Amino acid sequence: MTLKREDVKNIAHLARLNIDEGAVDRYAADLSRILELVDQMNQVNTDDVMPMAHPMDASQRLRADEVSESNQRDKFQAIAPDVEIGLYRVPKVIE
Amino acid sequence: MTIKTVKDLQMGLAEGQFSSVEITREYLDKIKQVNPQLNAFIHTTEDQALTQAEDADNLIAKGKSQPLTGIPMAHKDIFCTDGIATTCGSRMLQNFIAPYNATVIEKFNAQHAVMLGKTNMDEFAMGSSNENSYFGAAKNPWDTGCVPGGSSGGSAVAVAANLTPAATGTDTGGSIRQPAAFCGITGLKPTYGRVSRYGMIAYASSLDQGGPMARTAEDCAILLEAMAGFDRRDSTSMQQEVPNYQAELNHELAGLKMGLPKEYFAEGLNPEVARGIDEAITEYQKLGVEVKDISLPNSKIAIPAYYVVAMAECSSNLSRFDGVRFGHRCDNPIDLEDLYKRSRAEGFGDEVKRRIMIGAYTLSAGYYDAFYLKAQKLRRLISQDFTQAFDEVDLIAGPTTPDVAFKIGDKTDDPVSMYLQDIYTISVNLAGLPAISIPAGFVNNKPVGLQLIGNYFSESRLLNAAYQFQQHTDWHQQSAEVQA
Repeated sequence: MTLKREDVKNIAHLARLNIDEGAVDRYAADLSRILELVDQMNQVNTDDVMPMAHPMDASQRLRADEVSESNQRDKFQAIAPDVEIGLYRVPKVIE
Repeated sequence: MTIKTVKDLQMGLAEGQFSSVEITREYLDKIKQVNPQLNAFIHTTEDQALTQAEDADNLIAKGKSQPLTGIPMAHKDIFCTDGIATTCGSRMLQNFIAPYNATVIEKFNAQHAVMLGKTNMDEFAMGSSNENSYFGAAKNPWDTGCVPGGSSGGSAVAVAANLTPAATGTDTGGSIRQPAAFCGITGLKPTYGRVSRYGMIAYASSLDQGGPMARTAEDCAILLEAMAGFDRRDSTSMQQEVPNYQAELNHELAGLKMGLPKEYFAEGLNPEVARGIDEAITEYQKLGVEVKDISLPNSKIAIPAYYVVAMAECSSNLSRFDGVRFGHRCDNPIDLEDLYKRSRAEGFGDEVKRRIMIGAYTLSAGYYDAFYLKAQKLRRLISQDFTQAFDEVDLIAGPTTPDVAFKIGDKTDDPVSMYLQDIYTISVNLAGLPAISIPAGFVNNKPVGLQLIGNYFSESRLLNAAYQFQQHTDWHQQSAEVQA
């Protein structure tokens, strides 16, 4: 499978990654190589195989809906790039 | 500085031959001297280490010590450490001070172990050579022109070069076992769910598992006993009692059935590595182990299936790095999309970007069945191969890696050639099984690793088999000490 420049730009947008114009061709080549490797999956028929999401087919544990953690907003916001009065600051989203 | 195992240090501390402060100082000095050459540590935590060591000495004096009280160790910089930088080998987290401890760290702290520092790793654990670290590659102490393996390369180097008696690692596709093999140490990847993943920065959540790296199987048993166990904070943690691993080390191996998968000895394996593995297996036969040829027919599609699962999960996991709540943020974003895109482009390295993009592609509308679902089906087949094998044998043995450590820079141009390094290790992660790599000889003065794979929750048997091998060989006692 070969990716075109447009494909790479589209994928980079999906992944919210800025890709320099000059690096697009290199990514197209590298990602195409990886997808070629991935193509080998089709050598094996899996028509009646159940997909495996967990090694021991365990399911998610449930717990009672009770408060178990305390609020540590100040501590967690201390490592944020930009906060003000307990709020995360980002560029204006709504005009 | 003589090489001491965790076991030696436990005995020395108990008998008062030395204090925790003394040995902690020795290791910190050694790190200071040699780390500039090896780059095993991203940062050391000298002040905390000495405080922890003093506390430990007080407890020992009062007769209140636990098995790891006062024992120095290093942690892969993927484990969150409260109030201490946790970089995950990335520019994205270069200035990230974790606001809480990983459960693994809590468990070591509860025993008053001493943390020497945080070890180097491939960025976000994505890599097989440590060359993807934002902080530069760690160097293999057996040949500093060679890679130490990855992603837990710094931990493997630190143990091999005697900068720490033990270290933690994580293994998503071989990241404990492959560097253990390349650096000539012992590394155990436990059963999925055996060790809590809470506070271990996520790469591929259905595959990631933390484990011990040390010189001997006995030390790994001591460490695993401290690390393992159920954790309510990890939704995939398993409710299984933790055995006394050390008590199981002395069982005789006579009558044990060991399977040799023909796919692990096929084309692509360096014949000299194969010879080393054959000799190790002969050693096991002398101990009364019965050897049997087996087949794991779906091994050939393990690499593509693994990379699809891992990349899909990583694209989802790493979406949390948005430049808003923590981590790197670009300067002067013009709008929110620009903030996301530039922060992530600046914060992540090339390999991380490649994996995120492949993951985003395989999970995008219309492609899920062809990629992720297909890979999960193959995962079932790979897992069934092991189930069938374990009907016939108790353990599976083979090489950990197709070759010994390669030169720095040799495989950086082609990501796929790097992925092929994981050929013997990744099936284990897809199936969720435990496996250990132990030193089994040298090729061109570089260590060879023997991999033993066990059934679910058979860490005791793996450690027992590794320990017995080490009672009859001295590969694990060879030293790669680098002089300053």
